[in-house]
Amino acid sequence: MSKSVLEPSIPSRPVYGELAPRSGKAHLFIADAEGAEAILDMAKTAPDGFFARAHIIYIPKATGERYLERLESLDPGQLYFGPSYEAALPRLRRTLADAHMGLQVYLAGTEGLMGRAMQEATEAGIPHTAIQSEHRGSTARRVQCVHCKGITEEVTTDPFQCSHCGLHLFVRDHYSRRLAAFMGVCIDAEDPGDIPEPVERFT
Amino acid sequence: MSGGGKIPVTVTEVVRVNELIKRFKFERSDGGLLPTFSGGAHTVVEMQDYGTSRLNPYSLMSDPADTSAYTISVRRDDEGRGGSLFMHRHVRPGMEMSISNPVNLFPLDLRARKHLMIAGGIGITPFMGQIAQLSAISGRFELHYAARNPALAAYASELSARYPRQVHLYFDDYDQRIDLQGLLDGQPLGTHLYVCGPKGMIAWVRNTAEAAGWPREAVHHEEFLAPPSGKPFEVKLAVSNKVIQVGEHQSLLEAIEAAGVDAPYLCRGGCCGQCETDVIDYDGTFLHNDHWLSEEQHAGGKKIMPCVSRFEGKTLVLDR
Amino acid sequence: MAIAFKEETFRDDFTFSNSPEAIRRFPFPFHEDSYMYSVNLEQHVPVRPENTTRSLPDTVFDKTFDVDEHYVAEMKDRELVLAEDPLRCQSLPHMTLAGWDLLELIMTAKAAEYPDLFELHRDGDHWHWINRPLGIEQKFVFMDETTLPYGPMEYITRQTQGDFALLDQRDDNLWMDAGMVTTQADWSLDFDIGMNFFEWHAPVPKAHEMGIFVRALKFLLNIRQGSPARRLNWTLTVNPLLDTSPENYHKWGVQRATLTPENLGQKLHLRVELQTFFRLPRSNALVFPIRCYMISFQDLVTEPKWGRRMHRVIRDLPDELADYKGITRNRELILDWLSHYDDGAPTSPGAWADER
Repeated sequence: MSKSVLEPSIPSRPVYGELAPRSGKAHLFIADAEGAEAILDMAKTAPDGFFARAHIIYIPKATGERYLERLESLDPGQLYFGPSYEAALPRLRRTLADAHMGLQVYLAGTEGLMGRAMQEATEAGIPHTAIQSEHRGSTARRVQCVHCKGITEEVTTDPFQCSHCGLHLFVRDHYSRRLAAFMGVCIDAEDPGDIPEPVERFT
Repeated sequence: MSGGGKIPVTVTEVVRVNELIKRFKFERSDGGLLPTFSGGAHTVVEMQDYGTSRLNPYSLMSDPADTSAYTISVRRDDEGRGGSLFMHRHVRPGMEMSISNPVNLFPLDLRARKHLMIAGGIGITPFMGQIAQLSAISGRFELHYAARNPALAAYASELSARYPRQVHLYFDDYDQRIDLQGLLDGQPLGTHLYVCGPKGMIAWVRNTAEAAGWPREAVHHEEFLAPPSGKPFEVKLAVSNKVIQVGEHQSLLEAIEAAGVDAPYLCRGGCCGQCETDVIDYDGTFLHNDHWLSEEQHAGGKKIMPCVSRFEGKTLVLDR
Repeated sequence: MAIAFKEETFRDDFTFSNSPEAIRRFPFPFHEDSYMYSVNLEQHVPVRPENTTRSLPDTVFDKTFDVDEHYVAEMKDRELVLAEDPLRCQSLPHMTLAGWDLLELIMTAKAAEYPDLFELHRDGDHWHWINRPLGIEQKFVFMDETTLPYGPMEYITRQTQGDFALLDQRDDNLWMDAGMVTTQADWSLDFDIGMNFFEWHAPVPKAHEMGIFVRALKFLLNIRQGSPARRLNWTLTVNPLLDTSPENYHKWGVQRATLTPENLGQKLHLRVELQTFFRLPRSNALVFPIRCYMISFQDLVTEPKWGRRMHRVIRDLPDELADYKGITRNRELILDWLSHYDDGAPTSPGAWADER
């Protein structure tokens, strides 16, 4: 899958770049699915020995073993393949808790994964602007219902039904880094029951 | 409005700290309390130097929680334009002066897990207030302070007596150097780095931190530039329709103020951006000395920071 | 001057109303017959109307924190909102110091400016606060959170009209890292907390392209201790509902569909925000109080100049702005109603009502 091109939007909507090797004591990668390609692309320009000080936390999702060998061939200091982000979280938190200033963080893959890993890294004291990210793969969104506060993962349609309270929500581009989620707002508040057909907006 | 409200103060104490530094204490002339401030803040001291009005910024070094008085330390600069010499030679206890409300361009990042401070020489002063503030809230800090020798290391003995585990001293005359690389290496995530001292030291610390992968947002510095002297030049102020002369030892901002034209300022040291002024027309060369404008802006000929920058040439017309 | 505090509601039966006195001092936000964004920031100092000879007993700009006849009722409404949703008041851990700064600013200002209503006695760090209208008396130790029933920001903003955002200043930006937000024009503190100046303003149309926020930020970053600033903002609200939050939009949104030509004058309200900005001393943060004043359209048009001007402003408002302010669905209805109060006569400059 090629690099994602996201439409220009409002200033709170995250923008993603292209991973590039930076100088630092240690390098932490957190990626899911096609995000592996961003790491492999970046590796082409990385200096010799770069990955010896790298720790890659990778959640392949539906891509299965597609990128396994190629990631292994980078010979990273630590490489973790995990079944889900939740499963990887204790490992990520342990890594950040012991890390020193100079750690470089690289995120790649879906917005949901990058947003949640960004939460952990900023919580650990790294400014969000110092964290690199590259979007690859699905554009499905993590959306918080502004009414019940529940977060629905992998939202692909607009509007959609909140998986917690059942309200029909339209998806705004307004994004909270703290929640790692876009905002969902009731679409039929002024005219109850008047709910437009959902449109596949995020795939 | 320039500089906010002025506060009339009385000098209540002048102490010779060492052969280069004097400490001054100010209390409100009306007997009231001074505004609370935050560690790292400065005040602009107004001096009436026999016909010349001087406005110099000095870091507040007293405990921010103590509003009964402010103290500053002034290093005598024999080569400078005269502000520090005036403070050293003429300011006596009992004198009436006026100072600005405190302004902080070097604040602590209160989110930091740890504050790592690096001071060189007189650059110790803003850290005095910051340390007082942090120790009151049990903040985690470490100070590395370099000076030429113990006699010139102002407040070093007080600091190390009070915070023996946090304060580390280095003396050039004893060939002691801060092992910066090693120091930066071991810091936990969420550490913020602060540096105040000579230009060379600030550049060394910032560059070393950058090479070690420290984020820009975690590295803070404060450097007050004294306005450099230079050849006199003439300026036309278009809005107020005046032609003014800038003297050899006078800054452009001071010349604008001397002509009775109100111009905004905060730091008077080329870093806050408040006095940024549009250039309407020019024929000559700008001598930019600020940290505020970008390189493109310096080359563009459309902006000048009159607090520290000068001009050589035939014509300069400003939007003031 | 004693204030007669009203018993009234901002929900359910909506008994809120303005006395003739409150109408007279209403901060009408339009200084000309049209509206567009601008960096309309000015020093927050008391003003006397320049364009009128009319004598006003007081204005909402006279005091650091204006206290009016709605004070007690607004504080009751805030209590109800917080009981239902505590996320309306939040403070990130590093903002506690700014909370103490705010508490000091409000207590000292109110005690000095309304000595008959509030008292503050300080003996070093031992403070004694008396709030007569709300019947509160509290002895506490300044900077010791354990001596107050709430955090310092929450404690004092449960006793002060208006929403409050505490903005941390770093990296040449302002960060909304704490706030008390229960009377907001459709924005969520819980969602926006932690955002920088450009991010939390992201949903505002047009102003970004106009460079408004870049200029406003530059001004705000340079606000100094002792030199507060202010501006006015506005929107329209159906029913005098203080809590027009996104959180409850699925409950109140339907009220927008209840306007009729017959009930519009009574139901539709001009909602004006007096926004002020103060530099806080210990934290170097900015506090951004957002004080909401509401007036029904039937009360608004009792000032002929305001009626004429309101009509022209709504008529000429760019569509994107009308949309953002939630006016679009009722715009024709509102214009039709207002047109009866616009005879086409010129209006005098400035926002103040004319002498009659």
